[in-house]
Order: sequence, then structure tokens, then C-alpha cells
Amino acid sequence: MNKMQIVLNGIIKNNPTFVLVLGMCPTLGTTTSAINGLGMGVATMAVLIMSNLVISLIKNLIPDKVRIPAFIVVIASFVTIIQMLMQAYVPSLYSALGVFIPLIVVNCIILGRAEAFASKNGALDSVLDGVGIGLGFTLSLTVIGAVREILGSGAIFGVSLGIADYMPLVFVLAPGAFFVLGYLMVLFNKFAKK
Amino acid sequence: MKSTLFNMVVVLFSVTLIASAGVGAVNMITADAIAEANAAATTQAVANVLPAFESTEISEQTIDDMPIVVYKATNGSQTVGYAIESMTKNGFGGVIRLMVGFGTDGKILNVNVLQQAETPGLGTKMADEGNALINSIKDKIVWEVEFKVKKDGGELDALTAATISSRAYYEAVARAYEAFKVATGYATSSDGVSGATASSEGTNAQKGGQNE
Repeated sequence: MNKMQIVLNGIIKNNPTFVLVLGMCPTLGTTTSAINGLGMGVATMAVLIMSNLVISLIKNLIPDKVRIPAFIVVIASFVTIIQMLMQAYVPSLYSALGVFIPLIVVNCIILGRAEAFASKNGALDSVLDGVGIGLGFTLSLTVIGAVREILGSGAIFGVSLGIADYMPLVFVLAPGAFFVLGYLMVLFNKFAKK
Repeated sequence: MKSTLFNMVVVLFSVTLIASAGVGAVNMITADAIAEANAAATTQAVANVLPAFESTEISEQTIDDMPIVVYKATNGSQTVGYAIESMTKNGFGGVIRLMVGFGTDGKILNVNVLQQAETPGLGTKMADEGNALINSIKDKIVWEVEFKVKKDGGELDALTAATISSRAYYEAVARAYEAFKVATGYATSSDGVSGATASSEGTNAQKGGQNE
């Protein structure tokens, strides 16, 4: 398979949020603002790339019946390592994202890609798949976050647009997440499926 | 690979062993850096609510079963002010932790929100610069303030559509004031240190016809 195609597939054809509809819990929960969505996406991408790489390297050593527990241990280790590294070297980012990091362990995108792609493909392709899916997830979350932030609190990336008082607050609350996700999914599939 | 009892046990054992060794190694490398980063964050939080100081003296108190940390900031032998890390569990999203800066004259210099999980766009505004909460108490003398929002018959502004968050914020500031009284020795035996809210003593200069 064309290398570029693997990355593009992750962003469009297999977009984890709008097409595969995986990882809905962090998607709905963390996209109250564009920067939160972006941060969650980047942290997930980092874990996804590392776990895809390691799982594609050890896939032939793991007996089929215990592959899921083995994958989970690998993923959880990377999440913990990334959490500690962020806490030590970028504390400001950690304090903004701290609560979301442990959620990455239970993000089914990561286990899903380990099972569906990394355990069947080579190391380079798996890393590229991680990059593509990670970018797709990051872009989707950032867009959802941006739309909710503009509609709900009249700001974008924390910069106020001076229209906060006229905006329906419901979009930063949980029901707004479903509205925005639903309509964006419709739009995405209308244009991407052509 | 085909699964047998032997290779399943060996592989799972090896995977968990290597993974935990990796996590342990990273923990050893980062432990010092994490402790430094946390200490730097605390120093920064103290510096944000107080004028320039040289060193701090840390003491701890327990008020209403909650740990309150008092940082007494000094310049040489002169006390510059007190930064008090206070908290409440009554926020809309649980725990709120604040750093409140007091001058030695009891003036509320600044309040920094250290931790909160309020509703985004509503209660989270408590952490913004110049929000309604900090504006209502900043530069006031603490014993002249009655920590009550207007809705409860007080005089302090609340955040729009976030009264519970606002109440909790003032409750945490009031608790910091309790710790301030103990730290500075203003507390008398009759005062007690258990009051959670509405710790107004002395007179409020702005009282009068404004109460509803």
C-alpha cells in the first residue's frame, strides 16, 4: 500500500471520529474548547504511534489468546510514561490536560488500531497508520472543540470574539456536544464519501 | 502464534515485566524533575498573589477537615504578606483550590485559582483575569467583607449562571481568612477557626440601604 495513502486513510476514509465513530467518550467529554480538543488529540496520537510501533514489532511473539491483555499492558505503560514525562518537562501542558491523560488507556481507537492494523502490518506502516489516525482524531477533536467554543462561549482558542453574551451556552454543555458531533458527522460524510 | 499454556504464561509474564521495568525506569528519571516542577509551580502561585519577596515560611493548618497551607512571605526580617492555599469541596464540579494573597494589613491582594473542575464557560470564568469574583473582593480589607453573594443577601457579585461556583469560591476565600487569622495571631479564643462562610466581623462600610 502507498505510504502516503495510509496516512490519508486515517484522516479521511477511516477518520476515527466521523467515520469509524470510535473513542466517543473523550470526544464528547474533552471538546469544550478548541485547545482542549487539540491537546487530547495530540496526546492520543503520541500514545497511538508508540503503541502501534511496539505492537507491530512484537506481534509474532504473542500467542493469539493473550494478545489483548498484552496490548493493553503495552498501551497502559506508554500512557503512564507520557504522563510522567509531561508532568516533569511540560508542567503547564500537564496541568491543562492532566485529567484526560489516563483516559487514553481506555480509548478504543488505540486498542482498535492495535488489533485491526498494527498486529497485521509491519513497523513502518503501523507508525504511519498511527500518524494518520492520530491526525484524523486530532483534527476532528479540534474542529468539534472550535465549533462548540464559538457557538457556546463566543471565543476561539481562548480568544474572546466579544459576542459571548449572545451565544447559546448549551453548546459547551453535554447536549451541545451531541448536536455538534451529529451535524459535523453529517457534513463530513456528505463531502468525504464522494 | 498458536497458544499453549506455557507460551501464554511466559509471554504475559515477560510483557508485564518489561513494561513495569520501563515505567519504573522513567519514574526514576523523572521523579526529581516532577518534584522540581511542582515546587516551581507553587512558588509561582505564591508570587502571583503577593508583592516581591525573598523567602517563604510554610506552615499547615486544618480547617473544617481540609488542609490549608500558609506561606508567610518575608523580605529580610520584614513580613510582606501571607499567601494561603485554601480549598473547598462545594464547587459545582467538586474540589476548588485557591491561592489567596493577604497583605499584613488584611488587604486581599489577589486570588489565583489553582484547581477547579467547574462547568466550562460558566464556572470556569473564576480563573479568568479580572472576573466578577476577584473584582468584588480585590483590595478590600478582609474583615470588612461579608462573604455572601447578592443572591444570599450579601453584597458580592456572582458569576452569571454560576452561583454555586461563586458561593464555593467565596467559601474558600473565607476559609483562607480563617487561616490568616490563626497565622497572624488575630484569632481570639471566641472567634474559633471552624466557621466556613459568612465570617464577617467588624462593620461593613457599604452596608445600609443596599441590602435587599
